[in-house]
Amino acid sequence: MSPMILNTIEVMLNGLMTGVMYSLVALGFVLIFKASGIFNYAQGVMALFAALTLVGFQSGQIPFSHLINVVFGTDYHNWGPGMNAFLAILLTMAVMVLLAWLVERLVLRHLVNQEPIILFMATIGLAFFMEGLGDMMWGANIKVLDIGLPSGGSFWWEDVTRVWATEGSEYYGMYIDVLDVWAAGIAIVLVIALTLFSQYTKTGRALRAVADDHQAALTVGISLRTIWIVVWSIAGFVALVAGIMWGSKSGIQFSLSLIALKALPVLILGGFTSIPGAIVGGLIIGVGEKLFEFAIGPLIGGATENWFAYVLALMFLMFRPQGLYGDKIIERV
Amino acid sequence: MFYRESGDFKTSYAADQQTFPIRFDRIVVALILVCAFLVVPFFINDYWEKSILLPFLVWSLAALGLNILTGYCGQVSLGTGGFMAVGAYACYKLTTGFPDLNIIFVILLSGGITALVGIIFGLPSLRIKGFYLAVATLASQFFLVWLFNKVPWFYNYSASGQITMPERSVFGTAVTGSAATPSATYLFSLLFVVVFAFIARNLTRGRLGRSWMAIRDMDIAAEIIGVPPLQAKLSAFAVSSFYIGLSGALFFGVYLGAVEPTEAFGIDKSFLVLFMIIIGGLGSIFGSFVGAAFMVLLPVLFKNIMVGGFGWPTDMVQHFIFMLVGGLIMFFLIVEPHGLAQLWRVTKEKLRLWPFPH
Repeated sequence: MSPMILNTIEVMLNGLMTGVMYSLVALGFVLIFKASGIFNYAQGVMALFAALTLVGFQSGQIPFSHLINVVFGTDYHNWGPGMNAFLAILLTMAVMVLLAWLVERLVLRHLVNQEPIILFMATIGLAFFMEGLGDMMWGANIKVLDIGLPSGGSFWWEDVTRVWATEGSEYYGMYIDVLDVWAAGIAIVLVIALTLFSQYTKTGRALRAVADDHQAALTVGISLRTIWIVVWSIAGFVALVAGIMWGSKSGIQFSLSLIALKALPVLILGGFTSIPGAIVGGLIIGVGEKLFEFAIGPLIGGATENWFAYVLALMFLMFRPQGLYGDKIIERV
Repeated sequence: MFYRESGDFKTSYAADQQTFPIRFDRIVVALILVCAFLVVPFFINDYWEKSILLPFLVWSLAALGLNILTGYCGQVSLGTGGFMAVGAYACYKLTTGFPDLNIIFVILLSGGITALVGIIFGLPSLRIKGFYLAVATLASQFFLVWLFNKVPWFYNYSASGQITMPERSVFGTAVTGSAATPSATYLFSLLFVVVFAFIARNLTRGRLGRSWMAIRDMDIAAEIIGVPPLQAKLSAFAVSSFYIGLSGALFFGVYLGAVEPTEAFGIDKSFLVLFMIIIGGLGSIFGSFVGAAFMVLLPVLFKNIMVGGFGWPTDMVQHFIFMLVGGLIMFFLIVEPHGLAQLWRVTKEKLRLWPFPH
């Protein structure tokens, strides 16, 4: 094969990996949207918050140390040397569940039966609040997240692909980040686990019932409040996974919460209500934007990744307003 | 006791339709306007101009524009930042391209150009709605900002990629550039805001405004009773973009003087304006102003209290403001989902009856 084709394949592979990362974030949106009809804008910030909390636990930071030091004039920063990654993940998960409970108790409970747009606005408020809270608790400096996942280019894959090129051409093999492969693997496991959970467990069935029809679910005795807490906890868990992956890839900083915006076109392509849709949409966007940047980007000045996903989604919507796998939109007067 | 009509006797349509049916309101509004035009300019200093009054005026104009689109016509848009950028760059190209053109016309023309761009990006709204449309408008946000970054013609091939407003004056008084005094820039912006708030109020209660509201409430039903969705939606996009373009031009030309597109017109600006109209009240002119005041003044207030009063470090105050604004958004949505304007409406009803309970 000529190096040109191999380069294209490399770009596509990397696009697929990025796509998986987008899907991870989109998944959190779909879960909450299906179960409560809420479009949770705070999903990206939840990922940021989870990653911050994880690093905080891991490095043994004292929460709110900045605030405490300023108010009481003390100088505390750490309570100890930190803890191992596994324990930190468990503790972070506990924090996310607590958060889910608080959100249900303090916000959602009071907004039952409001229009979707108002619930959407409430999650924007939540996003603001959590952004401030995360920085207040753990400080706003950029942090490095390392829970022991391997990273860097794969030499094995480089060696394998080097011989594919035609004799005599200058080609040094494909670059692929091991971390991306891990992320893809974890995402696949996560999706399978979520599917099994919603198909075969009692809580999972209750979740689907609530998604189908709130009132019918209430009449057969499913507690809406419990379900909402469960859903938000799961979304918190997905956010944690996404936060770990994006955090180990590019460090934990505010821009992490902006990937939530990238998840929106993914959702549109896939349809708001479909878990497979979120995956396929993510892959299409990931591959599409990488290929576009590779093939056409240099001609028009580059950095097309900023807008390509949205324009693609816009074009797509013109032909299929409900997305790839979404439920057909039926309107009645 | 003072806050009421003396009986509900209206003998003409004009009296029935007036914006401020209560005399007390009319007096207060007149007083505020007199104050704003004749008193404030003599006391304004650099700090009040740059961090309070000008941002308030510019953002209330943007909020007015978005409120026309989102509040009155029901089309959620996240492209405000991009449209403001169009206004700013149109203003820049027009001032540098036609140095003799009066700045007032430049700003009006910038609004007009933004309206045309708005119509183009409004076309998808004929086919998609709701959240889907919101995401589609994100395309305009990111595409436009990218365009202004990448095409050198827009920033006249300057090395830094920034655009800088040259000095322009109205009736011999500089209103842009470094020589402009605080009172001049303030009065210039205030004039635009007052005139266009007046126009917006009258647009929204006329035929056009009613067709927007019909589309917002139920677009299919509106179409059936004879409101053309194409005209209504595209005119809402055009008028809204016109306002947003004006505010973008003022933001760049009068308020900042020099901007860099990614930073000045990022997605956070789109959200900021959206918050303003949600907190202020969707579908309310008064709400746009209250919302803009809320989002502009609150951070300044808390910064002054905490940094000045308690001596907290600025970065922490910044985080605290984030928490506070987020908390307040949720609080207001729970207490009054229809914004501060609705809260004011309820208060007014109560005031009319006071001191009697019924």
